Amino acid sequence: MTTKTIANIKVEVTEEGYLIDSSVWNKEIAKAIAKEEGIELTDKHFEVIEFIRKKVAAGEGLTIRGIGKSGVVDAKTFYQLFPGAPLKKATKIAGVSKPVSCM
Amino acid sequence: MKKLLILGAGTAGTMMANKLRNKLSREEWNITIVDQFKTHYYQPGFLFIPFGIYTRADVVKPKNDFFPIGVNVVYSKIEKIVPEKNQVVLEEGVVLGYDYLLIATGTRTAPEETPGLKDKLWHKEIFDFYTIEGATALADFFKTWQGGELVINIAELPYKCPVAPLEFVFFADAFFTERGLRDKVNITYVTPLPGAFTKPRATKMLGELLKTKNINIVPDFTIAEVNNDEKKIIDYGGKELKFDCLVSIPTNLGSKLIDRSGMGDDMGFVPTDKHTLQSRDFKNIFVIGDAANLPTSKAGSVAHFASEILEENLLCAIEGRPYTANFDGHANCYIETGYGKGTLIDFNYDTEPLPGSFPFPGLGPFGLLKVTRTNHYGKLLFRWIYWHILLKGKKMPIDSEMQMAGKKL
Repeated sequence: MTTKTIANIKVEVTEEGYLIDSSVWNKEIAKAIAKEEGIELTDKHFEVIEFIRKKVAAGEGLTIRGIGKSGVVDAKTFYQLFPGAPLKKATKIAGVSKPVSCM
Repeated sequence: MKKLLILGAGTAGTMMANKLRNKLSREEWNITIVDQFKTHYYQPGFLFIPFGIYTRADVVKPKNDFFPIGVNVVYSKIEKIVPEKNQVVLEEGVVLGYDYLLIATGTRTAPEETPGLKDKLWHKEIFDFYTIEGATALADFFKTWQGGELVINIAELPYKCPVAPLEFVFFADAFFTERGLRDKVNITYVTPLPGAFTKPRATKMLGELLKTKNINIVPDFTIAEVNNDEKKIIDYGGKELKFDCLVSIPTNLGSKLIDRSGMGDDMGFVPTDKHTLQSRDFKNIFVIGDAANLPTSKAGSVAHFASEILEENLLCAIEGRPYTANFDGHANCYIETGYGKGTLIDFNYDTEPLPGSFPFPGLGPFGLLKVTRTNHYGKLLFRWIYWHILLKGKKMPIDSEMQMAGKKL
């Protein structure tokens, strides 16, 4: 755990850069984290981010399949919005914890 | 007479039938188990079939051999569960009522979830080894294959027996080396995970093992489609990989019965309390094995450890006591690494696989995260244990709760 200044706000993050406290998150923080990941956020990105935050707040698990079938985006668009590792990047930008892969 | 109904007579369901028939009085409790198939498959053995180590005969036995006296066995498809009425409807409209229901309907591979996977090359140059049909078709293919790009791809998480694809590539390395073909076979392990496994230490150890065996790894690859004409797999980001032989671990989903009953999550697994094993939505329904949405491995060892917890908690529920057993997600996997050796991992919800010795601290005989000959014999011995001890619900000399003794932090 380290302290980091993102969008002029002091926040605590994990070693991988995920916010410890999801409630400090705001759109400016999202934009700043996205920039570090090389992503310029659009309205579509925010739609996905809102969906992710809602799911996590409800205590539900996140999967690429679930997001792809949510009606917000399909899996292909999700990859285009957050290239490379969409679930990892999208959750980081959404200010929620890194999804655990269970096996 | 009160009724206990078990759906699914695979590893988990069969173990529970045996355990509970021992515990519940025959004067008071009627136990019924339902399954559509009469053959029991030793699924850990499927991995050995493509390499000619086991044949079909080594992994099948009649289910009837494993049920105790005093359990009613019904071979039928199940139409749906109606939990509000405590009823299960079978295929021909037969209705079974229950006081307690155990769901043990497992998971199934669903290659149709990936466009192009189950297409014209299916079981010709594209195979799975999680079904008897796929494993035997691949065995036939390997008999005469002269080499090329061998690609192993995991479609999606979670999937059954998470170490099996790694064991597959380790076996493939040894198999083609022994046949003098290894320089003609390029082996690539393609996974949606960021590395060889999920947890740090096992990922490092297994990743290094892949490297020493000259097996390529392509991480962070989530397959979108298979192109049969150009023989390549394509991920959602547009990354492409050519194959001459594709071995797929298709998407795993829960039983269709769960969907029909409206009781599953988006993959058809039943929401289950990860510590008590009670269904999240219904007090008199418990879920065991791969059918549950527990955040641990889908594997026989997990079902085995969970069976001891479930036995205790079900008795608590029946007698109206608070639950006394708490499942920790314990999993224990022997991993074949080829050339008569193997490694072993032991972990749970909270503790990642650590190095050490198992089950006796300092003594072993098995080595955790170490490649040894004894570990390999452990795996081979397990088939006998499975048929003769585990399925019959007899006590094993291993704690259901994961032990820290013998592990090194």
